[in-house]
Amino acid sequence: LYTFPQHSPRHNLLYCPGTESEQAGKTSSCQGCPNQKICASGATKAPDPAIAEIGVKLSTVKHKILVLSGKGGVGKSTFSAHLAHALASDSTKEVALLDVDICGPSIPRIMGLEGEQVHQSGSGWSPVYVDDNLAVMSIGFLLSSPDDAVIWRGPKKNGMIKQFLRDVDWGELDYLIVDTPPGTSDEHLSIVQYLSSTHVDGAVIITTPQEVSLQDVRKEIRFCQKVKLPIIGVVENMSGFVCPTCKNTSQIFPPTTGGAAQMCADLDLPLLGKVPLDPRIARSCDEGKSFLSEVPDSPAAKVYLSIVQSIKDYCSNRVTEEQRSA
Amino acid sequence: MVGSDGNLAQVRHVILVLSGKGGVGKSTITTELALALRHAGKKVGILDVDLCGPSIPRMLSVGRPDVHQCDSGWVPVYTDAEKSLALMSIGFLLEDPDEAVVWRGPKKTAMIAQFVSDVAWGELDVLLVDTPPGTSDEHLAVLENLKKHKVDGAVLVTTPQAVSTGDVRREITFCKKTGVRILGIIENMSGFVCPHCSECSNIFSKGGGEELAKLTGSVFLGCVPLDPLLSTCIEEGKDFMQSFPDSATFSAISSISQTLLDSLQTA
Repeated sequence: LYTFPQHSPRHNLLYCPGTESEQAGKTSSCQGCPNQKICASGATKAPDPAIAEIGVKLSTVKHKILVLSGKGGVGKSTFSAHLAHALASDSTKEVALLDVDICGPSIPRIMGLEGEQVHQSGSGWSPVYVDDNLAVMSIGFLLSSPDDAVIWRGPKKNGMIKQFLRDVDWGELDYLIVDTPPGTSDEHLSIVQYLSSTHVDGAVIITTPQEVSLQDVRKEIRFCQKVKLPIIGVVENMSGFVCPTCKNTSQIFPPTTGGAAQMCADLDLPLLGKVPLDPRIARSCDEGKSFLSEVPDSPAAKVYLSIVQSIKDYCSNRVTEEQRSA
Repeated sequence: MVGSDGNLAQVRHVILVLSGKGGVGKSTITTELALALRHAGKKVGILDVDLCGPSIPRMLSVGRPDVHQCDSGWVPVYTDAEKSLALMSIGFLLEDPDEAVVWRGPKKTAMIAQFVSDVAWGELDVLLVDTPPGTSDEHLAVLENLKKHKVDGAVLVTTPQAVSTGDVRREITFCKKTGVRILGIIENMSGFVCPHCSECSNIFSKGGGEELAKLTGSVFLGCVPLDPLLSTCIEEGKDFMQSFPDSATFSAISSISQTLLDSLQTA
C-alpha cells in the first residue's frame, strides 16, 4: 500500500519555514517533507566562523558586485569578464574577477587564461593576473585537464566558495566582481552568506528578451529581495540581431511578454541597457580576448560601456551616501 | 507496487538530456524531441528535474494545473486528451510562478528522489529527463534513483562555441564516470539564416559540436539551426513540429529523433 505523507508536497513547499530558520524541521508543515530529518538535526543552522574571517579579509575591497541570472546561457560570464576589462582599463583601479561557477567555469577561457595554475604563498592563494591591475580566480585553474568534471554535491561546492573568499590573497581592490552559475541554490546562498559581514554594493541581473528567460530571472530577483541584496539593475542581452548583409533586424529571442523593459517596469528596477547579438562577441570569448578592444566601434561595445558607466556611478553614489550619513 | 521498478516498470526507454552548459537549449530540445516522438506514434513522458528553472510547463502550454494523487503516487499532467504526452515538473507544485526555489543540495536530492519514484507514469515508450546545467546534486540524484531501472543513455546538447563545448566535455566525463551511455551530441543554435536575405550568420560560432563528437569518440546526431519561429513556438507553448513541417529546423529535429529511436531499438 502506498502511504501518503501527512501533508502534500505542495503543502510542504508552501509552508516551509525555511531551512535556515529556528523552526526548520520542527513545524507541523515539516511532517512528511523529505528534508525534515536534516533540518531538524540543526545541520543547516550553525554559524560559520569563516564569515567573520571573510569580513576581515575583504575589508580592503571597496566595491563588490555580483552578476546573477537564474537562467543559464544569457551571458553572465561574458558580461562579468567585460565588466572586469572595462573597469581595469583605468590603470589606477585594482580589479578582480571571482568565478564561483564550480561545475561550468567559463571565466578562464573568456579571459584568455586557460591552462594557468594557481600558486600558494604565505599569505594565501595567488590569483592569476591578466594585467597588473586585473586578477582572476576560478576553479578552472585548479583542474589539470579540460575534461575534468567537478562532480560535487552542494556542501563541497560551498567549501570551495568559502576558500575562494577566505584564502585568496586579493590584496587591496577597488572592485571585486563575482560571476555565478545559473539557479538559486548552494552557490548563491553561500556567496550571500559568506559575504554577510561585508558590504555588497549590489547585483547586476542578466537576462535575454524571451519569457522563458524572464520567468527564471523573476525568481532570481525574488531571491535577491529575500536575502536583502540590492539590485543595481538589469541587462538585456541578445537583444535583436542585425544581419550584416541586409541590415534588417531579427528578434531571434523574441520579447513576447515585453522583454526586460516590461519586467523592469513591473518590478520598478532600472534597465541598464540592451545589448544586441553580435557574432564577434562569441568569437572574442572563445579566443580569450576582450571584444571591447577587438571591436570597439560595434553597437554592442557601445552599450556595454554605457552599462559599465551606470554601474560605476551607482558604486560611487553609494560611497557618497555613506559619507553623508556618517 | 508493480514489480521491483514500481512506477517505472512500464517505461520502455529512459533518455537523459544533459549539457553541462546553461542556455544551450536542453529544455527546447527535450520538448521538440518529445513532440517529434509523439508525432511518430510513441507514448512519451517528460520529467523536468530543473528545480530552480523549470521551463517545460510553459513550452508545452500546460499552465499550472493541480497535481493529483492516485494509489500508486502522483498522476502526471497530460498535454492532451489521448494522454500521449505526460509531464511532471516542480513548476506544478509552486503556487506563485515567481517564487524562487532556494534549496540546497540535500533538499533538491530528496525532491528528485520523490519525482523519480512517485510519479505514476503508466505505460510509456520513452521517458525524457530534462536536467539543469552542471554536474551536481540533481544529476547524481537522478542517476541514483534510476539505478534500478535501465537508463538507455544521454543526449548531450551544446552550441557551436568553445565556451559551450568546454563545459560539455566535462559532462561527457560525468557520463563516463557514472556509466551513462552517450547516445550522441546535438549542436543547437547552429547558424542563423536571415529571413530577409537568406544569408547565414554563425552567431555562436561554428562546428564545435561535430569537433567535440570527434574528440570524444561520440556519435554526432546533427545540427539544429537558430530559428525565431522555433523560439516563438517555445515561448507560446505551441507545437512547432505540427506548425512548421516544411522548415529546415523540422527536418533537423525529425532526423535526430529517428536516429535516436533507431539506436534505442538496436540496443
